[in-house]
Amino acid sequence: MKFSKLTFTAALALALSATNASADLKVGMITTLSGGGAGLGIDVRDGFMLAVEQSGVEGLSVVIEDDQRKPDVAVQLADKLIQSEKVDVLTGIIWSNLAMAVVPSTTAQGKFYLSPNAGPAALAGKGCHANYFNVAWQNDGLHEAAGEYANKAGYSNSFIMAPNYPAGVDALTGYKRMFNGEPAGELFTKIGQNDYAAEIAQIRASDADSVFFFLPGGMGISFLKQYANSGLDLPLIGPAFSFDQGILQAVGEAAVGVKNTSQWNKDIENPANMAFVKSFKEKYDRLPSLYASQGFDTANLLLSAMATADVNDQDAFRTALEAADFESVRGEFAFASNHHPIQNIYVREVIKEGDVFTNKIIETALIAHSDVYAADCSF
Amino acid sequence: MSLMLVFEQILNGIQFGVMLFLMAAGLTLVFGVMGLINLAHGSLYMIGAFAAAAVANATGSFLLALAASLGVAAAAGALVEFLVIRRLYNRDHLDQVLATFALILIFSEGTRWLFGSFPLYLDIPDYLKGAVILPGGLQYPLYRLTIILIGLLVAIALYLLIAKTKIGVRIRAGENDREMIAALGVDISKLYTAVFAIGAALAGLAGALVGAVQSVQVGMGEPVLILAFVVIVIGGIGSIKGAFIGALLVGLTEKLGSILLLALLSSFLEPAQAKSIAMMFSSMLIYILMAVVLVVKPSGLYGRRV
Repeated sequence: MKFSKLTFTAALALALSATNASADLKVGMITTLSGGGAGLGIDVRDGFMLAVEQSGVEGLSVVIEDDQRKPDVAVQLADKLIQSEKVDVLTGIIWSNLAMAVVPSTTAQGKFYLSPNAGPAALAGKGCHANYFNVAWQNDGLHEAAGEYANKAGYSNSFIMAPNYPAGVDALTGYKRMFNGEPAGELFTKIGQNDYAAEIAQIRASDADSVFFFLPGGMGISFLKQYANSGLDLPLIGPAFSFDQGILQAVGEAAVGVKNTSQWNKDIENPANMAFVKSFKEKYDRLPSLYASQGFDTANLLLSAMATADVNDQDAFRTALEAADFESVRGEFAFASNHHPIQNIYVREVIKEGDVFTNKIIETALIAHSDVYAADCSF
Repeated sequence: MSLMLVFEQILNGIQFGVMLFLMAAGLTLVFGVMGLINLAHGSLYMIGAFAAAAVANATGSFLLALAASLGVAAAAGALVEFLVIRRLYNRDHLDQVLATFALILIFSEGTRWLFGSFPLYLDIPDYLKGAVILPGGLQYPLYRLTIILIGLLVAIALYLLIAKTKIGVRIRAGENDREMIAALGVDISKLYTAVFAIGAALAGLAGALVGAVQSVQVGMGEPVLILAFVVIVIGGIGSIKGAFIGALLVGLTEKLGSILLLALLSSFLEPAQAKSIAMMFSSMLIYILMAVVLVVKPSGLYGRRV
């Protein structure tokens, strides 16, 4: 099969400032642009390209490919981008199972990988690599924050569920790490599953006082709509993935009031974020999601490193990335020793603003949080 | 495991089963009458859901949305039959698979081009929202009960259509002997278009009904398609009755299987161990069911002997 390939060359703007010494840099972006998970990949891509366009930098080119959420396709694309397109940096993967298939071989071939989303535990601990940077979060992070929030809210036996793939396992691990209560039940669902009648029946049969779920993309829409009509009214908690801007409109009223955890929201007050939300809305005519913010930050991190170091001098470029000298839209941002973020994680609530469903931050769950796997990581 | 849970799962299984039946009925008719493997049946399901979402958002009426899903999917089915499928009846199955797979890609990207990549909003109407309390005190979503009812009504209507009407006689004749019915002067190409459109309309209806409680998005039809194929293989290819029984069997296995298996294993294994084994097997149950049926009855429960 032949897939659409878009090559963007972002070297059009006039560089007004003094020329900097950076050499040309080629980025390969492999992300999900078709099928069920396409909204997520499109947001990452649009956020990334917006930052590239705004920088007006010369000598940066981006090749974008669609992995269709299939690990085998992602691996083929990575080989093609590295071997025939000769990219210096890879980025873009949304799903942890795809990241597990692509990232280790990419870094083994001496390329940089900047993750705008997936952060499986295996790549943060023993499997970490000096050339692998995660600009979003280690998978556990948002779920840990949800567990922390559940303690505060006084829940003691949540029913917990997630899809059966690396990020789903990380989700339940993360929640349980912080949660002081005992889960009333624990379920792994199929990835891509759309009917949650059986799961809802099991929640009903349990004596849970709350429900924690991690169901990204379309899975979350289905669950929320079905839950709303099930007659159950236990409070729901989850990470931001089931409540991002892309899917809230499809869920509708069923999501209003639900608490969810995120490292970003459009109402975080800093100049970088306010400018980002405004310009994203102007360019794409929709509100940015957290995926878009992660894509935007990933590009800005890359641009900041490009401005001070040449990608062919790997050590210098790595040091420049480690410095994370860019204005993150989420505010304070630094890398821990395993190249995963140290950042605040907030609790948001779904609200209705006019006709649009969106989130507002209600409190901070974890301050300057980093993951527990850093201790196992040595380069 | 409580009795209530089993009861709820039985209802869930029946609801899932009648949905699968709507998909499988068209698939099995098309295969039985025209001998065609139609992989693009899942796309018609998606088209039904998108048509319903578009109409519901424009008019606010759920009934109009359901009507639109029937109409648009039937029209899309008839159009595809006329333009593409018609050329495939005399080709071998591999050509049919290739061409209908191409149709999946065309429909998926076409829908994305029209509606974008983000899921669409389609909700159930207010009068079907919420849960009702059934005898015995079980709360069950009203909408799912409605789906069961619609599914059963469609099954009865389909039975009457096939058993009692002239077009039904022709469909049955077409299944038995394609050449003969053409020789007797029946306009076979019109019959084929009609059968294809009926199948498409049912798939579209299923897409709209399910879309209201799931997410209306590109690619939603393919996972259902695989199960629909399992259903028609279990039921016997070409048999509507087989599709109905097969769909209920698959639905009940899917929803009841995992909890019964867990209860069974928990009686003699450690909870954690029982859970991991039950989880491993629960996704296989449907395929084990299919394998057992095929061993006992190689042409499916109600299939013709081959």
